[in-house]
Amino acid sequence: MKIKVTGYYRQWMREKGLMTRNRWIQYVVKPMVFAACLIPLVILIIKALTGHLGANPIEATTRSMGDWALRFLLITLAVTPLKHLLKWDWLIRFRRMLGLFAFFYACLHFLSYAGLDQFFALDEITKDVIKRPFITVGFTSFLLLIPLAVTSTNKMIKRLGKRWQSLHRLIYLIGMGGVIHYFQLVKADTRNPTIYAIILAILLSYRLWAKWIQNKGAGYRYDRLKIGNLPRSSSKQP
Amino acid sequence: MLIKIKTNLDIPSSEITDKKLYLNRREFIRAASMAAVTAASGSLGPDLLRPDTVQAGEKLEEVVKGPYSTDEKPTSYTAITTYNNFYEFGTDKESPAEIAPKTLKPRPWSVAVEGEINKPAVYHLEDLIPKTLEERIYRHRCVEAWSMVIPWVGFPLADLIKRFEPTSKAKFVEFTTLYDPEQMPGQKRAILKWPYVEGLRMDEAMNPLTILAVGLYGEVLPNQNGAPLRLVVPWKYGFKSIKSIVKIRFVEEQPMNTWALAAPDEYGFYANVNPEVDHPRWSQARERRVGEFFKRKTLMFNGYAEQVAHMYANMDLRTYF
Repeated sequence: MKIKVTGYYRQWMREKGLMTRNRWIQYVVKPMVFAACLIPLVILIIKALTGHLGANPIEATTRSMGDWALRFLLITLAVTPLKHLLKWDWLIRFRRMLGLFAFFYACLHFLSYAGLDQFFALDEITKDVIKRPFITVGFTSFLLLIPLAVTSTNKMIKRLGKRWQSLHRLIYLIGMGGVIHYFQLVKADTRNPTIYAIILAILLSYRLWAKWIQNKGAGYRYDRLKIGNLPRSSSKQP
Repeated sequence: MLIKIKTNLDIPSSEITDKKLYLNRREFIRAASMAAVTAASGSLGPDLLRPDTVQAGEKLEEVVKGPYSTDEKPTSYTAITTYNNFYEFGTDKESPAEIAPKTLKPRPWSVAVEGEINKPAVYHLEDLIPKTLEERIYRHRCVEAWSMVIPWVGFPLADLIKRFEPTSKAKFVEFTTLYDPEQMPGQKRAILKWPYVEGLRMDEAMNPLTILAVGLYGEVLPNQNGAPLRLVVPWKYGFKSIKSIVKIRFVEEQPMNTWALAAPDEYGFYANVNPEVDHPRWSQARERRVGEFFKRKTLMFNGYAEQVAHMYANMDLRTYF
């Protein structure tokens, strides 16, 4: 067997390159994205401390945290489609963090409602959850986020195996819940919830379309989907 | 998380018009230069409301203490003028204060008065406003469960209605807000059915508590608060107190008010403040007074039961919400 030194060299370079990109993502990009995800909270705290939250700071806090919970939910749901469309496989490595930020802001949203608005009056909160449909929907969506957050560790992914994926499909339902919750609480101006609904519809229908293409196409793996369902490049190896 | 809530400075109601206490520097300079301008033009005095050049924030002359005022601490001028529901300028609370001062021209202004009266006419604003105005410090309760205490300057609606000589057919009064998408950019979208319409039963309109307001904190009403002329009905939810009125019509049938049209199961014609009748989506039992951390109990008829309860003695307020 002939040893092609150049081949090994290329392979080594490739590996090395991959390694450096791995490290780059892990130690530089991820912390940057993490910090960026905290900006909405930092801005809110600065505004609160400087008295720039307007005349009703409690309402402003609750709304802002709810907005960001929903935005991060949609950003998380956009990761997979973007990964396919841009063929950026590395995007997937940010999905868990973004999803957890959605949960983080949902927690703050719930806490500002329960704590600042209702002052942890459990009887009032219970009454609200039962009696007010928009709170029922919002609270249910929040509860459903908890098992997803709990099972977001590598250990849990391994342990749940196939069931992990089916469990985490709950995110579609939660996304719809969040958007419905937003629709239910506006008085007359449904423009904002409509925008969120359209984005969510696009993200979910993309998945359906991709699934359909996958079933139609001769065994192309969903995660390797190419736009227009092109066969994998068959360029001859030199 | 700590939330710092700006507390209002304690201003006894006798000192209420002394705005220097809480004006920020820029506002102070603006007000001072404004005063200088008006002083120079020699238009200060009881005629202040007459010239077309009158500006929001100018001090109103000849304001006397009116009856029915609460001695509760008024909400800060900043909060009253920056936290507004005025969908004609956008649906969030901040937009009206940002947009209305630039786009709405409250002078010159005229009001069409029509319907079942002996003296229908289109009146100039200055012909409707009496020489002597009253300061009325009223509680203001929004249907969204927040509240304020607002030192209005105005005059009883009843005085005006008597001047128009309503006929026996006049059972209700219908008010209409200006419709002009150029001045009110929020009207470019059909979020509500424009123009905004509100109404009162004749006895409600004649009740001594009901006023038309032209001022706030002793000064000309800012645009975002419904300049130049707005209704104030303190025992009803805020949306009844229609802003920037251009038409007053006396009718036999109950008018259809805008919010009741938009969501008939949520907003009624009567809209009396009532802690026992919840809004379908939230409780009305408690309210958050703007500037306070803890909620307070909502009072029946917003605390004006003594003056108004008799008008609803034979009515089921759950049906007529």
